[in-house]
Amino acid sequence: MNAGYVLRRLLGAIPLLFGISLLLFAIIHLAPGGPLDVYADNPSVSPAALEQIRKAYGLDQPVPVQYVLWLKSMVLGDWGYSIRTGRPVLQEVTERLGPTLELGGLAMLLSLAIALPLGTVSAARRHSLLDHVLTFLSFAGISLPVFWLALLLQLLFSIALGWLPSAGYQTIGGGSFGDRLAHIAMPAAVLSLATIASWSRYIRSGMVDVLNQDYIRTAYAKGLREPGVILHHALRNALIPAVTIIALDLASIISGAVITETVFAWPGIGRLFIESMDGRDYPVLMGLMMLGSLAIVLANIAADLAYATLDPRIRYD
Amino acid sequence: MTDAAEPVAAMAEPAHRGYWSQALRRFLRHRPAVAGLLFLLLLAGAVIVAPTVLPYAYDDQDFELIGAPGEMTAAHWLGTDELGRDALTRLAYGGQVSLAVGLASAIIATVLGTLVGALAGFYRGMVDSLLMRFTDVMLSIPPLPLVLLLSGLLRPSVPLLVAIIGALIWMGTARLVRSQFMALREREFVEAARALGARGPRLMLRHILPNAIGPITVSATLAVGSSIMLESALSFLGFGVQPPVPTWGNLLNTASPWLATAPWLAIPPGLCIFCTVLAVNFVGDGLRDAMEPRG
Repeated sequence: MNAGYVLRRLLGAIPLLFGISLLLFAIIHLAPGGPLDVYADNPSVSPAALEQIRKAYGLDQPVPVQYVLWLKSMVLGDWGYSIRTGRPVLQEVTERLGPTLELGGLAMLLSLAIALPLGTVSAARRHSLLDHVLTFLSFAGISLPVFWLALLLQLLFSIALGWLPSAGYQTIGGGSFGDRLAHIAMPAAVLSLATIASWSRYIRSGMVDVLNQDYIRTAYAKGLREPGVILHHALRNALIPAVTIIALDLASIISGAVITETVFAWPGIGRLFIESMDGRDYPVLMGLMMLGSLAIVLANIAADLAYATLDPRIRYD
Repeated sequence: MTDAAEPVAAMAEPAHRGYWSQALRRFLRHRPAVAGLLFLLLLAGAVIVAPTVLPYAYDDQDFELIGAPGEMTAAHWLGTDELGRDALTRLAYGGQVSLAVGLASAIIATVLGTLVGALAGFYRGMVDSLLMRFTDVMLSIPPLPLVLLLSGLLRPSVPLLVAIIGALIWMGTARLVRSQFMALREREFVEAARALGARGPRLMLRHILPNAIGPITVSATLAVGSSIMLESALSFLGFGVQPPVPTWGNLLNTASPWLATAPWLAIPPGLCIFCTVLAVNFVGDGLRDAMEPRG
């Protein structure tokens, strides 16, 4: 892997991001209705005032002109102003990024810590009862609707048992570490379940392929025990098939967990997205969608680079 | 499958059996898949029959019971919602909508994905790079926010919702079909057909497509699961199918404010989504084993 390759991949991402922005801008601005519809039935907002707001946000321009203006300021780091709140989009987004990264980061750490041993054990004891049970559970995990799981957990832990707060980021006026931990426990569990299920499948299948290879037999033949073989020889190669999916799931953190954040009233990016949808807040929607897309594009590049690091046979020139 | 025998498939089974009967045998040996298929057939039968047997329509209101959800009684087996409507009737009718939306979206996604993948893999060159760059764009936008964006801005009717879901989940199929077509177009039987004068569409439809039908079927099955999940999520968030038409997703949406007082309304719709998607995923797994044998 060399710096030239990385540079070329990053340059290649530019036309891709351009295409994404064009498509998203078209979808958002060509859909019927608009952000000023909320004022339509409001008698205290005169048509002249409405016209003024429209002008202030550039909504009176033709859509292609609006796009060029948006692109120009975006490239310079200016994300525009929220139509709903009047505050800079970047400020709105960074405020919500904290809770989203906390929740997503914790969920992904949990996922990795649980999926890695589960997938490995499943592969090492292939076709055992344990493997069959884990396989069934992972199918169940990817088939379980997150919003339903969230409701069930609220029902059990908040309503029936009263152990955990049903929603929110922290108790108002509170905010001790224990209090915040109690608030994040259920959303993090909900968010990690699907990723645990899917990652452990990828890790299992990667591990199964690797354990069948000659060099593993060689490792056993020279007297190594199973934990040594798996940890020192198999694990690194077994992770390769899982790398892309893990990278993409990590990238999806930044789009916020729309469903989980909604059910648990978590003040993150996902909630901001829903609130901006309700107000048709074009600049915020564009900013959030572009941020999420950028993360996915970068994650794909990072995954390819991780391949080469994990498997020295893969070489990019 | 007249053009080429599946060489790999022929290894494990008696040679005189055809591809399809071998595939069927392999599928029947996959017990979770068979159970899943039976479950889906029963469920489809139930949601179609139940509304005709039950004495209520999905929007019939019992005015005595309006105001708060009603408990499970002999007249209302799964209770009533806060508008006094029978929950079981709405569950069954909602099942019809959810299953139909899932199936229709998956068909659209499969046709679209197969078309894009086939053109890209067969013609290569300019067509390929244009279509694949577009696929890359679609794959790089976070999927749930994108579908929320479209359905939130367009406030779609049920058919439009089907089109939106279908238009957002075809990319996996397209990549898969493209790789199949790229590999198959180099094979001898395609060369032979070409030598006999077959050209573009005929080569693709008659000679290549039938040989790619296994992977396409598997990805179509899995697409049914993802569309049902996507529709439920959208309707749960209030961006999908709009009341009074019930779907499993929006039944959960209306049940969630009453979770503490009427939990019996929130359990059945979610259980239906869960079991349906699980069954579909098992069927998909069984089809994969049956139709794409790996030696």
